[in-house]
Amino acid sequence: MLPPYLWSNLAVLLLFGAGVALGVYLRRNRLWREALSSLVRRRPLAIAALCLYVLVGLLDSVAWVGGPAAGADTVAAHEARSVIDRVFAGTPESSYSAPLATVSFYGAQPLESPRGHLLGTDILGRDVLYRTLKGARVALLIGGLTSLISIPLALLFGVGAGYFGGRLDDAVFFLISTLASMPSLLLLIALIMVMGRSTLSVCVALGITSWIGFARLARAETLKLRELDYVQAARALGVRDRRIVLRHILPNLAHLVVITLVLMFSGLVLSEVILAWLGIGVDGSWGQMIDQARDEFSRDPIIWWNISAAGGALFGLLLAVNFIGDALRDILDPRTLREDA
Amino acid sequence: MLAFVVRRLFYGFFVVLGVLFLLFILFFAVASPDDIARRALGEKALPQALEVWKVNHGYDKPLWPWQARDNLLADHFRSMLSFDFGRSDADDVPIARRLRQGAGVSLSLTVPIFVLGLGLAVLLSLFVAFFRETYIDTSGVFLCVLAMSVSILLYIVGAQYLVAKLLRWFPISGYDPDLRVVARFLAMPVLVGVLSGVGGDVRFYRTVFVEETSRDYVRTARSKGAGELRVMIFHVLRNGMIPILTRVVLAIPFLFMGALLLESFFGIPGLGSMTVDAINNNDFATLRVMVFIGSLLFVLGQVITDVSYSLVDPRVRLE
Repeated sequence: MLPPYLWSNLAVLLLFGAGVALGVYLRRNRLWREALSSLVRRRPLAIAALCLYVLVGLLDSVAWVGGPAAGADTVAAHEARSVIDRVFAGTPESSYSAPLATVSFYGAQPLESPRGHLLGTDILGRDVLYRTLKGARVALLIGGLTSLISIPLALLFGVGAGYFGGRLDDAVFFLISTLASMPSLLLLIALIMVMGRSTLSVCVALGITSWIGFARLARAETLKLRELDYVQAARALGVRDRRIVLRHILPNLAHLVVITLVLMFSGLVLSEVILAWLGIGVDGSWGQMIDQARDEFSRDPIIWWNISAAGGALFGLLLAVNFIGDALRDILDPRTLREDA
Repeated sequence: MLAFVVRRLFYGFFVVLGVLFLLFILFFAVASPDDIARRALGEKALPQALEVWKVNHGYDKPLWPWQARDNLLADHFRSMLSFDFGRSDADDVPIARRLRQGAGVSLSLTVPIFVLGLGLAVLLSLFVAFFRETYIDTSGVFLCVLAMSVSILLYIVGAQYLVAKLLRWFPISGYDPDLRVVARFLAMPVLVGVLSGVGGDVRFYRTVFVEETSRDYVRTARSKGAGELRVMIFHVLRNGMIPILTRVVLAIPFLFMGALLLESFFGIPGLGSMTVDAINNNDFATLRVMVFIGSLLFVLGQVITDVSYSLVDPRVRLE
């Protein structure tokens, strides 16, 4: 029996496992192996940065109960705490603190751990570096979980419509045009307002609004692939539809899936920032940190470290992902995927 | 041509009907009128108060046609399609009046962003494409990806801090419809709007232009003795406009919707900040109307895109 607090940690581990399995599977294929090694050659820094984020996210996903808690905090002792939680245990302050705050806010309490805060603390005395590191897991969860929802959905509808055509195609095309014509941010907000606020509902809402573009692409590609000689030959030999789709259509869409996965990621994380600002984001995300810190920016003396830490971490992740996405697109597919507006 | 436009409009009408049905599912079937009333009045509202609120806002009917002749589904379609939007769930102001007031204000923000952004993006991308495969090109693309990786929230906060607080060039936020001062209030939001969008646009347009430079007609023009600058401006730019148009024309209808973040951060009372208020106040009636109008405009934009295609590119036949 799994305790309920572990589900999101489990999700991250599952995502990671799926990623590793995909990597191992791809390495067996010569084309993919060459693409991967050329990606590593072209973007070594971006890949190293992404690995760092993934590592931090994983360290925050391995959680267990027990061990010494922060100071006399008896509640925390009964909760599952991750590796990151444990590293930063025992460093709560009462408010903004050294080394970044030069003036003491809300009276001058002594510092609990004078040399413990590389990036200072926020208004409630929480370590900023700690919160920033914890945001990595949330960002990876938003991007990863949403892709796991939206890509299968897009493949199901897109390939189904493109391969079988006829009435099914008409129906799917109508559904796609209907969803595409709704303003996506408003649809996203409406979905979350209706489903209620939680990490899962944010991811589901993002998944529902983001599958359309790729479904359209998958449909167009399937329409082309369906007419190719080897598919026609397979059909003439009496191969079943399901087998044709699995053996001949889907492998030829694989590179598009990989490119879309990476290109979609940054858009999803950026959307979450806007959702956080509207108060319907995911708890603990960088978006939420930025939202909470933007009023502190107008204080005097200015509180800059909160927003800079969250913004910098977000920027770094998106930069790495965007560069990898660009290179991947060049390597795998220079023609069809220019960029869907 | 006319037959094509009529057929596209007809299909668009069905899409709008589909949107209305989805909206009904979301806002009436999934979030029931009881939920909406409870959100408006608070968790501890008395059942009688909920009933009164539902009667006042017209939510007191059965949902589906098979439950009663006078149902919410019919009401929803009738009010939306006749543009009789009713009153806001939050403060009973007629939604149509708000729309009329806000649209002009939103346009005064979004049109300058659109025009300046498009001009700047085309100029920059032509410049970068002119120096393709040199270090100017590489660093230009690098800057674009850099600009794309920053959240718009950070652009806004950064601009407010730097331009308004440190340099004191413009007010931090606010709006005044008086023509003599409105530019002072709009300058910074327009700047942020242009900056936050230009990275992605330049990168996209550059790909288009660079791709065009390897076409046959470019080689022909060069062999006729046309200079590289002339080729860029008179040949590549004109042919590159087709994919650019698709992206641009589709954006025009949304100018009416305003910009959610820019308007609410800079205190501009347009449709964007109206939408944000609706979200914060659980004003489902206004939110429904905004989604409906957005999709209506999108469908219109698609028809206009298809038609303008045929005007720009004689090869495209509307069949």
